[in-house]
Amino acid sequence: MFKRILIANRGEIAVRVIRACREMGIESVAVYSDVDRRALHVRKADFAEYLGPAQASESYLNIPKILAAAKRSGAEAIHPGYGFLSENAKFARACREAGIVFIGPSPESMEMMGSKTKARQNMKKAGVPFVPGTDTGLKSAAEALEVAEKIGYPVMLKASAGGGGKGMRMVTSSKELASALETTQSEAQRAFGDSEVYIEKFIESPRHVEMQIFGDTQGNVIYLAERECSVQRRHQKVLEEAPCSFVDPDMRRRMGEVAVQVGKAANYVNAGTVEFLVDAKKNFYFLEMNTRLQVEHPVTEMVTGIDLVHLQFRIAAGEPLPIGQQDIVLRGHAIELRVYAEDPDNNFFPSPGRITRLISPSGPGLRRDSGMYEGWVVPLDYDPLLGKLIAYGENRTQVINRLRRALSEYFIGGIKTNISLFRRILLNPDFQAGKVDTGFLDRLLKEPIEGDERTARRVPIVALAAAIFAQQPPPGTQPSGNDDGLHNIASRASQTDSSEAPGAKTSGWKNAARHEGVGR
Amino acid sequence: MKYEVLINGHSHQIELERAAKGYQATVDGEAFAIDAAMTARDVLSIIHDGRNYEAKREYSLMGETHIIMGSERFEAEVRDPRSLRSRRAAAGHEAGPAKIMAPMPGKIVRVIVHEGDEVEAGQGLIVVEAMKMQNEIKAPKKGKVTKITVAESATVNAGDLLMIVE
Repeated sequence: MFKRILIANRGEIAVRVIRACREMGIESVAVYSDVDRRALHVRKADFAEYLGPAQASESYLNIPKILAAAKRSGAEAIHPGYGFLSENAKFARACREAGIVFIGPSPESMEMMGSKTKARQNMKKAGVPFVPGTDTGLKSAAEALEVAEKIGYPVMLKASAGGGGKGMRMVTSSKELASALETTQSEAQRAFGDSEVYIEKFIESPRHVEMQIFGDTQGNVIYLAERECSVQRRHQKVLEEAPCSFVDPDMRRRMGEVAVQVGKAANYVNAGTVEFLVDAKKNFYFLEMNTRLQVEHPVTEMVTGIDLVHLQFRIAAGEPLPIGQQDIVLRGHAIELRVYAEDPDNNFFPSPGRITRLISPSGPGLRRDSGMYEGWVVPLDYDPLLGKLIAYGENRTQVINRLRRALSEYFIGGIKTNISLFRRILLNPDFQAGKVDTGFLDRLLKEPIEGDERTARRVPIVALAAAIFAQQPPPGTQPSGNDDGLHNIASRASQTDSSEAPGAKTSGWKNAARHEGVGR
Repeated sequence: MKYEVLINGHSHQIELERAAKGYQATVDGEAFAIDAAMTARDVLSIIHDGRNYEAKREYSLMGETHIIMGSERFEAEVRDPRSLRSRRAAAGHEAGPAKIMAPMPGKIVRVIVHEGDEVEAGQGLIVVEAMKMQNEIKAPKKGKVTKITVAESATVNAGDLLMIVE
């Protein structure tokens, strides 16, 4: 096994991988940019290497700097996390040439899956089911019209190099097709430096279901069940669960076998995810393959009991898969909520800034993978994902109730987060019944927010709280060393409840602590 | 002490007096005897009629106060009738120039309008990018763009003045 691993990432995923290192007795090397010196992943790692300015191209996307950091720190392997360089074949190849193990698939597999049209051609050969459409870039508007006529409207135009919901456009009639093609091509050229666009039949209200696979260097490939990822906003996943309530054991086996086929056709090694679109009749179509560990990997870990990052390390070190397909047994249910620094009440505007207060939920069945801490300033330079709240339980209903309970404990002050959005999702009858598709969240967000009887009961208390708070100085204006304004109520409380009579200048904290000590 | 508190835009008249344990208060004339304990900065525990509540205070980047209870967020504005600041704020609300401010720190990627342009309410004015997302800021009211204080590719902080619509 490796002695030292560099994590070429930041935020919650870097923390997640560092934890796995520590659990396996491996030393971890964090990397950081100017704005991440105080980030949690840097605090948690055994070693830390400075990369450069905040701009990703000067730090987390800079291959020479990361390789130099790996050399300097003596790391034998690099875990790329997700995003940044995780699906960059050039990086995987540069690692190989530098004699450093890239914890992931080979650059050849990544290249095969990296271009959507190339992946289609290869997967078609392997007998993988596809949404009807073209395997190659469209050459002309005439070709687009002909194909669209054959497969039927509505159709989707997609940039071959696109992803994450960017570079896609729906077309409902032949009249719009030519101009839509032109726009999509020029957008693709600008965004991805590649104007290649292909066409696909548009599947109405599909589900987005993905299959986790794992391959080893001996050529074994297994599947670790599916994840339901249909709850998305602007094609970005917000909530994921495992297993998918729509998938029955037979469908799981068929999807899993197709996913294994995909992996074998790509000579796939390490963790990968095969994404499918699923229609209302339980037909499933290959969408794309993600050649990395996914953000939502924890839900699979919960229901299979397998630590995917540990397994990644073992496979990268050349060990064979320690388990076979028959060893994968699903137990219970898990749901993950992605906590973003964005304001759901204000059009999901990003909300970087200082976290002035962080109260995290705990208790049965919860897991938090997070890159934040109280007092940390969320930089504006990177993705707004702060962390993930994952709940596990016997069944889906219990998990939903558990998450609702956990959300009532969760508080992140100083910045806006999408925590309130999850309460709406979890309370929604369609969601509770498992009736979700990729349009679910957009429909939910168009519905007016209705308060229940609890809201009515809370309003006068909230008004009183606001008035009481108004008697306290706002955060940041507090002169240091003077606690009376802040803690006078706490002091008063302990004054009435205990024999101690603190002076006006005594900290309320001390009194509260003393009081607690006495109470016990 | 008397306060006017706006919760989600609805006005409530509050009277708040210290009592032996917590406060004796009225909300819109109704009496509330509450036991309140500040358990940490910005976290207030309230017991009313045996029922336990926890209120958390936070400030948005634009300076508004929010109270979180359970996982519900309430917009709260406290008007102390004696405070000059709140009288000014109340007056500024009604008419006059609208200041367009940066809702978050970020970079100006596009200025859509020019000084002197007539704009409709809801029309896009300026695009700010932060955390890999571009966000269009829209006109809060119909009017004329009288001043633009930032240029494209400038870096701004939350609350920075971007332009004025009159």
